[in-house]
Amino acid sequence: MNNSIPPQFILLVGALLIPLFKGKLKLGYMLALPAFAFYHYLQMPEGIYWTFQLLDFELIFGRVDRLSLIFVNIFTVITFIAVIYNIHVRNDLEYFAGFLYAGCAIGMVLAGDLITLFIFWEMLTVGAVLLILARRSDTSMGAAIRYLLVHIVGGLILLSGIVLHFKEFGSTEFGHIGLNNLSSYLIFIGFGLNCAWPILHAWLPDAYPEASIGGVIFMATFTTKGAVYALMRGFPGEPSLLWIGMAMATFPMFYALIENDLRKVLSYSLINQVGFMVVGIGIGTSLSLNGASAHAYCHILYKALLFMSVGAVIHQTGKIKATELGGLFRSMPFTAICCMIGAASISAFPLFNGFVSKSMILSATAEGHYTIIWLALLFASAGALHYVGIKVPFFAFFSHDSGIRVKEAPINMRIAMGMIAFLCIFIGIFPQQTLYKLLPFASETTYELFTFAHIMSQGMLLTFSALAFTLLLLFGLYPIQIRSINIDVDWFYRKGGRFFYSFFNRSLNGINTLTHRILITGVTAHICHMAKEGPAKAMIFLLTPYWNLVGNSPQEQAVKRKNLHLQSEKGAFPIGITACLSVLLLGILFFF
Amino acid sequence: MNQSNSPQKPQKIRIILGSLFLLCGCTFLLDFLFLSDAFDKHAVYQWENWPGFYAIFGFVACLLLVLISKYILRPLVKRDEDYYE
Repeated sequence: MNNSIPPQFILLVGALLIPLFKGKLKLGYMLALPAFAFYHYLQMPEGIYWTFQLLDFELIFGRVDRLSLIFVNIFTVITFIAVIYNIHVRNDLEYFAGFLYAGCAIGMVLAGDLITLFIFWEMLTVGAVLLILARRSDTSMGAAIRYLLVHIVGGLILLSGIVLHFKEFGSTEFGHIGLNNLSSYLIFIGFGLNCAWPILHAWLPDAYPEASIGGVIFMATFTTKGAVYALMRGFPGEPSLLWIGMAMATFPMFYALIENDLRKVLSYSLINQVGFMVVGIGIGTSLSLNGASAHAYCHILYKALLFMSVGAVIHQTGKIKATELGGLFRSMPFTAICCMIGAASISAFPLFNGFVSKSMILSATAEGHYTIIWLALLFASAGALHYVGIKVPFFAFFSHDSGIRVKEAPINMRIAMGMIAFLCIFIGIFPQQTLYKLLPFASETTYELFTFAHIMSQGMLLTFSALAFTLLLLFGLYPIQIRSINIDVDWFYRKGGRFFYSFFNRSLNGINTLTHRILITGVTAHICHMAKEGPAKAMIFLLTPYWNLVGNSPQEQAVKRKNLHLQSEKGAFPIGITACLSVLLLGILFFF
Repeated sequence: MNQSNSPQKPQKIRIILGSLFLLCGCTFLLDFLFLSDAFDKHAVYQWENWPGFYAIFGFVACLLLVLISKYILRPLVKRDEDYYE
């Protein structure tokens, strides 16, 4: 019997009530929301419930199995900690956006049909856009609009896939889809855009560095990992994911290495880590799928920790560029240590949580004899130490002294970072008692993590990567951090958008001007002129012989002509003349 | 060595460098233990059994990573900070 309240509704409805509370009560309320959601997560038995009939569709808000549970678990945990991190923020909209975002992510993970999935999927974007806008700068405004546009396109692709899927199968149930026809390809690409696949990835390093410092923790958690979940549900064992994941795991490292903005470095490293998960999904064995979900779990923790520690640096110094930072270790030792714990976790040092999950994916790759993928992932593991594990703490807290002297981060930030740092290490040391209990897929053999050989090989890989870093730095070969940006695929729509604008500005406005010249100032003016002058000219033409016959002098004729012109301009002909001209016109019409 | 990366305290730096080199040497030597039958690497690929495979792989991988991004990628993609404005 299921007596629990859907955790997504606790967060979504709870988000609406946030403005009603003030002061300490508000703080207590906001901490209670994820705690209450977590309590109900613990109460949820596996099964399918919370179903509603909408027209011909059955909406399933609670498909609870081990795969969705592990994601609900980490999503609520991170929401709780992110609230602590954000306590100093006095902006209800930001909290609302955060809870909306979290509620939708949980709703999406628990969705048992494609329509419910799609609704939450799209609402995720709203939460994210609000969190980017919460930074309140011109650049974040631009980034938010680009984020929205890209995700609307992705959402439409997904929606068209779902519609076609329903047309073909007559069902909107969300289970294994598999790549076989157009609808599945569209759904696949829709998921892939949120997953930041190569070429579709540019929204991520574009938007995340522009988000508010607390908001980016939500963003780094929900969108990409939600997509990882969706891929794991719909396309496990899809071979193309191996190559996509390999590309994701490798190419961002090169970008991250030459990037100056430390939050952008972390954004690229996020893609690199999601690449490991995508490879895990592509292999599709129980070990690899467990590895992918475990890696999602661990990655959410250490990535949040890294974003929190550089967020604390921004909060205290107002700076984020590697060129402007350095030597902060003395001012912010606690933040520095947390950052290094996050760095050690992402680099997969033994006894940190990254090692627990990354090893599973690497082992699964080797067991499946995907040699090229395995070598690429090994390369990515070694590189991860370099471009983020050492780079971020080194340039922020050590390196040369930037002369910045600030206070340590506020106490709430330190508590939040401390909690995640503890989880990173605790899971790293006791994976059997913690993370491995949550894994979704049953496996005949327990995974042996802490073997001597395993620790030795990983240790050697990392120490020699660190050696390479040190030697490159000593010999001045390490790329110096310079004030610059690096263009990425978003160039095509950022510059392309401008080209599109100026092309249509010139062409369409050109046609407009030309039409104006021909029709308005040309033809219409002539017609107008003819209407004004035509009758007078016609009458002068007819009357001049008559005047000559009557014997009017040229002076008298000139006066009469002038009068006719005046009358014509005013349209004030005597009735006799008007009637005469009308008869003439009717006569012409009658004969022709 | 370029100015922006220069260390602050040579003494401390020397200790850190020394311990890193020592660690590298130790792990490299320990890897030869696996040549004996007492230790098993559970290797899937035979090259995993070569002593120092992971060391050399990690070192070369990082060299390649840094040099490619510095000398190939950066000249291609680097722009001024106000490029999009």
